Order: sequence, then structure tokens, then C-alpha cells
Amino acid sequence: MDALLAVLLIIGKILLILIPLILAVAYTTFAERKLIGYMQMRIGPNRVGIRGWLQPIADVIKLLLKEIVIPSGASKGLFVIAPILFIAPSFAAWAVVPFDAGVVLADVNVGLLYLLAMTSIGVYGVIIAGWASNSKYAFLGSLRSAAQIISYEIAMGFALVAVLMAGGSMNLGEIVEAQSGGIWHWFFLPLLPILVVYWVSGVAETNRAPFDLPEGESEIVAGFHVEYAGMAFALFFLAEYANMILISVLTALFFFGGWLNPLQGIPGLETITAWIPGTIWLLLKAGFFLFLMIWLRATFPRYRYDQVMRLGWKIFIPVTLVWLFVLTLMIKGGLPPWFGEAG
Amino acid sequence: MAEIRNYTMNFGPQHPAAHGVLRLVLELDGETITRADPHIGLLHRATEKLAESKPFNQSIGYMDRLDYVSMMCNEHAYVRAIEKLLGIEAPERAQYIRVMFDEITRILNHLMWLGAHGLDIGAMTVFLYCFREREPLMDCYEAVSGTRMHATYYRPGGVYRDLPERMPQYEVSPWKDQKTVDELNANRQGSMLDFIEDFTDRFPARVDEYETLLTDNRIWKQRTVGIGVVSPERALQLGMSGPMLRGSGIPWDLRRKQPYAVYDQLDFDIPVGKTGDSYDRYLVRVEEMRQSNRIVRQCIRWLRDNPGPVMTTNHKVIAPSRVEMKEDMEALIHHFKLFTEGYSVPEGEAYAAVEAPKGEFGIYLISDGANKPYRVKIRAPGFAHLSALNEMAQGHMLADVVALIGTQDIVFGEVDR
Repeated sequence: MDALLAVLLIIGKILLILIPLILAVAYTTFAERKLIGYMQMRIGPNRVGIRGWLQPIADVIKLLLKEIVIPSGASKGLFVIAPILFIAPSFAAWAVVPFDAGVVLADVNVGLLYLLAMTSIGVYGVIIAGWASNSKYAFLGSLRSAAQIISYEIAMGFALVAVLMAGGSMNLGEIVEAQSGGIWHWFFLPLLPILVVYWVSGVAETNRAPFDLPEGESEIVAGFHVEYAGMAFALFFLAEYANMILISVLTALFFFGGWLNPLQGIPGLETITAWIPGTIWLLLKAGFFLFLMIWLRATFPRYRYDQVMRLGWKIFIPVTLVWLFVLTLMIKGGLPPWFGEAG
Repeated sequence: MAEIRNYTMNFGPQHPAAHGVLRLVLELDGETITRADPHIGLLHRATEKLAESKPFNQSIGYMDRLDYVSMMCNEHAYVRAIEKLLGIEAPERAQYIRVMFDEITRILNHLMWLGAHGLDIGAMTVFLYCFREREPLMDCYEAVSGTRMHATYYRPGGVYRDLPERMPQYEVSPWKDQKTVDELNANRQGSMLDFIEDFTDRFPARVDEYETLLTDNRIWKQRTVGIGVVSPERALQLGMSGPMLRGSGIPWDLRRKQPYAVYDQLDFDIPVGKTGDSYDRYLVRVEEMRQSNRIVRQCIRWLRDNPGPVMTTNHKVIAPSRVEMKEDMEALIHHFKLFTEGYSVPEGEAYAAVEAPKGEFGIYLISDGANKPYRVKIRAPGFAHLSALNEMAQGHMLADVVALIGTQDIVFGEVDR
């Protein structure tokens, strides 16, 4: 009985994360269309519901009702399994993300490694999708995706090593706690180059513009998911946006103090804002990065395949390696206010 | 060991970057292009043949539909060829109107090109910004000819009618309330010349805006610098013209080298590139927009000061007015003849070319003395450019092919005719 209750409790917790997440994804697409719309001097969706607020719902219904066409030349089993392989890890990664002090589904002590694993395993879905479609465009897209994710995984891994060193733990909650003490204790300053590398790699890993080569709208049409329709396509779409949100939340957690109040340490203001739950701060910070991603898409042209590789291998990896060395010196030297007592 | 084969890919005709109906058969070594083979003809409408079966004036509208983003320039070449054979000249005011609309067309075309080129390379915002600027120019087309695109405004012997004294205005509708309408009509209070002048006042700043998005953007530079380099010698051998030729550093512009209409009385510069890559062609075209803006302003000034006829009074070619028709027997006969069989053009042949936004657009016309052309040959700049695609794409990557199609400013209306 107790075991059953525990399982139910866990399922409840999972739903408590997943349902808001899926809603967030739906409204991220809406926000993106609206924001890019205003950036491009148009209005964006405004027909369904008041000011277009029901647009994502309409999109979901449309995608649900659409037929999933399986191309005759496709490898059927793999074709169906690929979107599932893509979306599962992107949801699973949320298990270790803390939303407030102690509010986390799985408080594991290797959270960082788990995240790294989950974010990279998604590429199998992409490769299998491209392969199983038996389309030349899809195949090119999946090849690009594989190359891109592998190169940026390394830079991202090194960036996370830096975070691990600074935070002194692999547990995401402890990394955030290590940044407590006000805005100047957050890691974005001592890890500034790492922050840039991590952020850009994150954008590249989620296949967002200007690194949206696997999709490459104007070159390979829709890349790896060109043959997918209906819900199968929606899964790819969902996963991409879930990954975007994940990267934004992680950036907030690793470098901007997660749920910590930015006014911490300022007498007066701290007590006034103490009632605001940490989750709000986390969402605000993550929302800012999400906005940044959308902004990037509206502003930049797309990189070319070889240029993306060059950026990853020749710039990001050396930068992270050098900064790891500098960081070691900072930690050993006990640079205040971040590493004072650690020395 | 397994044999390694190149990857053959069918690019288009249904492809977001195909610029209409381009079908490219690409041979890829990985992502590197070893052969790019354009297959054309999907938009072939037999314009040249069609023109042989119609009186001269009825084909003017077909010229709009050739390069459908630089409509009036095509008309200009066609009416100039007819004028050459007929031995007539349009009045000076008509010449200025033609030049003004040629340059408006150039801005329209280059805006379309910039937007599409940006979109091909992934910068989507530029596309929509460009379309914002195209809108008032399209309105000018509409005000003067009645249609936003396929104007059919030029006639042998002048232009269809004088510029409107009043710019058409928006009206209140369920979608536009009084406030919005007032805002939209703010610059439409005066004549069309005032409206265009208002546009030319703000346009340079708008070009600056596009340039801040692209010119110094590292990604934009990485995607265009050194892509599709054409040496000056090769550009000449390949029959390139327009910005494609000037991008390679050859200052060849028909407006200067063989001045037609009133271009010899106007002050403007011919921008040329240095290296002949896509970035240079981008810079050349952007500068051409600024120069066109300059020309339009000069034309506005002249047109304000010099009212006058816009059509020749030779009634063998141009219909007399209604009033004349009521009183004058000869005018009635002219009218009847013109509207039943058109005019006959003396036997002979003529080639007339204009500097269309894409390059040298020429019409070679043979007349056997009848009321229809014996043969019309259209020299479309895009055709020569597209045939150079294979050479330009050698050794570049798949994504660069898209950039190259963009930089060539291909429009299939004129390539396939």
C-alpha cells in the first residue's frame, strides 16, 4: 500500500512538472510568434480567441487531428519511434531541475551529469528520424544535427565543468545555494566567458536560429523532420521548445542564482521582497533568456554548417579550457566574494 | 571496398529558396557542390511568340509579367524599341516620368531582392522591413496606373496619363478606425509627387536600418564574403550585366554608357565592387537604392517645375481625345483604326535596351510593316546570370547555393519568359 502511494505521489509530481511544462511550451510558441511579429512590424496571431490567446490551443487541435503520413520508403518502426526518442529525454531532463530550495523531483547528487546525458541523448531521435524518413533532405539534416550536437556537447561539457568547480557540487540545488548572498555572489561574473559559451552552445544544441542548420528552412526545407506530419511532427516541435525552456532555466540556475532573490543582501529591499517565492525569480530569469533566444532568431542570419563547426571547435573549446585554468587560479586564490571560504 | 557515389539532390521546383520555379539538380560530395545544373522552363509562357500575334500595344502588359518585380523597366525597353522603329519621341515630361518610375522600380526590385536574399540566408526580419518600404511604392504604381504590379503604364510615344494631382486615401472601414486612417493618410494629403517626396525623405534612413542589420553583421559577412567570386574577365565572358557585372568591378551601366530617356541630364553615381563576391554585389545593390532615391528626387523637382504633355500628338500612334473625335472626322478615323487594328510599324528591326534593376534588359524587334511584330526577342539579364550558377557554385556548400541564387536576383518570369 505504501509502495503504491509512493508511486502515485511520484506520478503526481511528474504531472505537476509536465503539465505546466507543456502549457509553457504552447505559450512559448505563442510568445515567439507575437514577439517576432512585433519585432518585424506585424501583429502576429490575433484571430483565435481574445488577441489570439487561444492560438496555441487551436494549433494543438489541428496537429492532433492531422493524419500522420508515413512515407512508403520509410523504415516504419524507426520512423515512429524517432519522435519519441527525441521528446523523452527532453522531458526526462526536468527531473533534476530544482524550482525552489528543495523543490525538485529527483534530488540526485550527479544532477549535472544526468543533464548532460539527457540533453545529448536526444540527438539519437534526430538521427533516426532523418535516417528512417528515407529522404535526402532529412538525411542531410540529421547529419548536420549529429555533427553540430557532438561539437557543442564538448564545449557545453567543459562549461559545465567550470560550473561544477565554482559550485563545488554536481547537485543543481547545491550549485544554486553556493551563489547565495546577493547579486554579486552569482556566478555570471567570474564565469562570464563560460556563460557566453554555455548560452551559445545551448542555443546551438536546441537547434535554434542562428544555429538552426538541421532545420535550415531555406536550404534543406525542414531538415530531419521534413517527412513528419501531425502529432509526430508536434512531438519534435514540443521537444525543441521544451529544450529551449530547459536551457533558459539552466542558465538561470547555473549563472544567475536560480531561485535566489536578486535583492538579497540589500538591507530593506530584501525584507520587502522576501515574500516573493523563489520560483517566481527563477521563472523571471528563465523568461529573460527565453526572450533572448526569440530575439536572436529575429535578428541573425543563419550560420553555414562549416562555420558552426569552426565556432564550436576553434573558439569555444579553447575559450573554455583557458577559462577553466583561470577559474582554478581564482578558486585557489580564494577570490572574494565568490570563492572566499573555499580556498 | 564500397564504391563512393556522389549524392544527387533535386533542389526545387518546390523549395523555399527556389525563387519561384527553379529546379536545380545538385551533385553533392558531402555538403560540397560538385555540379549545379539548373533546369528551366517551368514558367515558360511563350511571351515572344504571343507578342507576334497581337498588335504592338497589346503586348505591353506581357512585358510587366516577364520580370515581375521590375515591371515598368521591362515596359520601357519594349516601348523604346517600338519608338525607335516608328521614329517618334516621347515628350520630355513623359521621359522624366519614365525615368522616375524606372528608379522607383529599381528600388522596388532591390528591396524585394534584399528581403529575399536575407531570408535565404536566414535573416527574416529584413524581409518584412523591406516589404514595409515596398508598400508606398506599390501605392504609387496603383495611383498612376490602377494596378499595384502589372502597370501597363508606358506607351509608345509617352505614358498613359499624367501623374495624379491627388493621392488616393484610405477610408474608414470596420478594420480601420478614424485615427488609424488619419495616420495612414497623413502623407497622402497632397499630390502624388508630394507622396513620393515624403518617401524619398525617409528612405535613406530606412536603408541605414537594413545596413545596421546586415552590413557589419559577422554572420552575414561570413555567409557572403568570398562566396561566388566572379572575376571581371569572367563576368564579361559570361554575359553578365547590371549589379552582377558591377559587383565584379566593371563600371558598366547603360544609364551612363548609352544614355536613354533623360539619364544624361541627371546626377547619380555608379557603384562598383572590388572582389566580385556576394558581399560586393550586396553593397552595390544597397548603394544603387540610395542612388535611385537621388534620381527620384531630381525627377520630382523637374516634374514640379515643368508641366506639359505626357503623350505625343502623333495620332497615327496615339488615340485622339474624345472631344476631338466628336468634331473632327480625321480624329474619328484615327480612333477607329487604332482600336481595331492598332498602328503599323515601318519595316525594319531595332534593339532597345534599358538598365533594368537586374541588368541589361533588351528587346529586339523585327517588323515586316504590319500591325503586329514579326519577331520579338527578349534579352533577359537573369538568363545569363543563371547559366553562370554552376561555375559560381563550384566547391561551395549547399547553403551557399541558396545564397548564390539570392545574390543573382533570379526571377523566373524573365528567365523562362
